[in-house]
Amino acid sequence: MIKLLKADLEKMIKHAKSELPNEACGLIAGTIDGDSKEVKKVYYLTNIDHSNEHFSIDPNEQLATIKDIRVNGLKLIGNWHSHPESPSRPSEEDKRLAYDSSASYMILSLMDYDNPVLNSFHIANNISEKEELIIID
Amino acid sequence: MKLTIAGEVKEVKDGITIAELIEQENVETPEYVTVSVNDEFVKAEDFITQVLKNEDTIEFLYFMGGGQ
Repeated sequence: MIKLLKADLEKMIKHAKSELPNEACGLIAGTIDGDSKEVKKVYYLTNIDHSNEHFSIDPNEQLATIKDIRVNGLKLIGNWHSHPESPSRPSEEDKRLAYDSSASYMILSLMDYDNPVLNSFHIANNISEKEELIIID
Repeated sequence: MKLTIAGEVKEVKDGITIAELIEQENVETPEYVTVSVNDEFVKAEDFITQVLKNEDTIEFLYFMGGGQ
């Protein structure tokens, strides 16, 4: 189970829309207690692919973010990215490139621009499993 | 010698290479891990030959990408 503040969700949506037509991406950090995760900070990083169909997080920003997460006493929970034109589910490429089986992979669909959908997944061995996502005020 | 690995100071044998450290740290899916030494990314082909030095700072990063 993973918790995300409604305010952070709204910021993710706003950022993802600002990046259209390209995919937006970033990292999520927070606390991890067994299977229970709570997002405390969402990072907005550069998609160096600058594409509406692909994303790659800038490795230099990723490195700096990992350090910031540590300085803030948080844990890396996973990453998030947007799907400008497809549903909120991992694509075959998302699954193939998900190398960290302990991570949460959040996908924000803007396919229905006025009704964005965010889901979180675990991905291991090319198989994705939806994770319970709770949006809190 | 001492290395700072993912923020933790650890004692390792002198002359350890990046490849050996990856194995010692049980890094998951090591073929997809990017390694930085003192904030400089190291080419994967150099993992076997690059020897780490006392007080080096190491980070293991997974490539993060995908597509819709």
